[in-house]
Amino acid sequence: MITLYIALPLAVVLLLNLSPRRTANALSLWCGLVLTVFAGAYTLAMPHVPGLADAFDPANRVLQWKIEAGNLAGVMFLSIALVVFSAFWVGRYLIADSNRRFIFNNLLLLCMTGMNGIVLSNDLFTLYVFLEVVAASSFILIALERTNAGLEGAFKYVLLSAVATVLVLSSMALIFVLVGSLDYGTVKAVLTSGQLDAATSRFVTFAIGLFVVGLFIKGGMVPFHGWLPDAYSSAPTASSVLLGGIVTKAAGVFTLIQLAQNVFGWDKPSPVLLAVGTLSIAVGAFAALGQRNFKRMLAYSSISQIGYIIIGLGAANEVAVVGAILHLFNHSTFKTLLFVNSAAVEKQAGTVDMDKLGGLANKMPVTGFTSVLAMLSTAGVPPLSGFWSKLLIVLGVWLSGAHAVAVTAILLSVVTLAYFLSMQRRVFFGRLAPGLEGVKEAGGWLLVPEIVLAVITLGLGLTMPWFFNTFLVPLRSLWSL
Amino acid sequence: MLSLGTILLILLVLMVLSALWAVMATDLLRSTIALALTSVFLAIAIYMMGAPLAAVFELSVCAGLITVVFISAISMIKPEGNTRKEDLARKRRKRLKKYIPLPILLAVAGVLLWLNRVDLPFTPDADVFPLTLSEIMWDVRRVDIAGQAVMILVGVFGIVVLFKEFVRRGKGGEE
Repeated sequence: MITLYIALPLAVVLLLNLSPRRTANALSLWCGLVLTVFAGAYTLAMPHVPGLADAFDPANRVLQWKIEAGNLAGVMFLSIALVVFSAFWVGRYLIADSNRRFIFNNLLLLCMTGMNGIVLSNDLFTLYVFLEVVAASSFILIALERTNAGLEGAFKYVLLSAVATVLVLSSMALIFVLVGSLDYGTVKAVLTSGQLDAATSRFVTFAIGLFVVGLFIKGGMVPFHGWLPDAYSSAPTASSVLLGGIVTKAAGVFTLIQLAQNVFGWDKPSPVLLAVGTLSIAVGAFAALGQRNFKRMLAYSSISQIGYIIIGLGAANEVAVVGAILHLFNHSTFKTLLFVNSAAVEKQAGTVDMDKLGGLANKMPVTGFTSVLAMLSTAGVPPLSGFWSKLLIVLGVWLSGAHAVAVTAILLSVVTLAYFLSMQRRVFFGRLAPGLEGVKEAGGWLLVPEIVLAVITLGLGLTMPWFFNTFLVPLRSLWSL
Repeated sequence: MLSLGTILLILLVLMVLSALWAVMATDLLRSTIALALTSVFLAIAIYMMGAPLAAVFELSVCAGLITVVFISAISMIKPEGNTRKEDLARKRRKRLKKYIPLPILLAVAGVLLWLNRVDLPFTPDADVFPLTLSEIMWDVRRVDIAGQAVMILVGVFGIVVLFKEFVRRGKGGEE
């Protein structure tokens, strides 16, 4: 019943909007939470044999849809459910107006539908439709509070997303002309058959180039990252949790991994991906060093961390790709955790300007402690989960022969640690900033996602030797090398 | 009699010109009309290239429906106060300077493509696609239709978020 991943959230949205408004307002949060917990549990219980899960799926007969959901899809479903789950709690905590919160909850569910659709598609045009669903719901989530900054951030995102759409669509048109189909399997069979003449393969390369640049824009990779810091920092924090946690990863990075493997058939190290990845790591890390705004710093940090995923993909060997996928999951947990922490700070202290904050660790012990965990994990300090994924990525990149990239990645990890330590010092440690004497720990609505995400970050790191065999080795089958 | 290539070239030039007009116009209404005109030229070009159904969609949705939506939106908002003629002329000159590289770039790209004629090796035609439009839409592309439905839902929420309070204020506080 894999179709449930898109059918259930959609059904919940429809039901909520058909029921009386007062009931729906109260129910939307709980429906969403139950749904995300169910999605997560279902993913964990899903049999890890591709094809088996949907053999008897009646929904597929209705939708006429051949679905392929392997282990990579499982990782994505889990990350999506986890981040949307956290975003529901943060929305409940931060959005005061109950009508607006109702719309926020609905948009979260629709965005979840779109992301699950991206994961499930095995046709380029279907992928495009769901990419647009995710993009459109993100525009609205950014502009939700209709502040000037929010509208500006949303507008920038709309413009760059339109450019990405033009590139992706042109590429699809070219591929359709050359291949006569947009089905992943058919396109891959033609592209990797080796029977294309020189002129055609030039067009193929051009088409793939357009597609990849479109996805770079969607994923906020340097040098196409202009929209990302504005969008993340100007969005309401509840929306930033979703955007920073999963949206760019589902729309840009996951799609790139999926296409590289299932459509373009890349099996050699790619200098372009390695270069873009390294550039993203460097630019993101150095830009994060100079930020005053907590959320903006997290946005630049996201660019930098996504760079690690891209170099893992660019190295194109099992170790690196498994590391990249693991980092994708890890990053969605600890970056979500950091955004949730920023939500707590914003609500309790009234600002996210790091120069006006300080010494909050005593006042907000849980938020302070979980943010230390998350930042150490981001910087790749053992034994937290981020350490393992970065280790695998760097090992894989080294094995692929790109030694300079591997060394740069390690060195830039130190910069990550530097900007996060500076963040900790300015927000949580040191002397209490004037005017913050009355600050209290955030309420239960935020403590739940904080604790859940922190437990995953710590737990996954400690149990990695076990996970390595049960969770990561099966992933290897994705990448038939 | 003009050849198909020449007609298409003329249509494309007209399309670019009306698109530029849409960007340059200082009046929202004219800009909308220019945009509709762009779609009309594109629809004719698509029709000439042998895709009548795509042309119908382009004409009815992009030239028709969207123009109606834009014009009704424009009629609901007040035009800006500053509409002195010399101001408008200055604004237009400023925009002209800003956008002048665009047509030049397009023209150069067009000439280059014209000189290096692109012969794509394979063009799908009726033999490869024996399906009718309705079969493609309702059978092959059923999931995408479902995706479109989600997209429309997102749009509805977007309108509620972005415009609902404007309407409330416009009606003097009542919902």
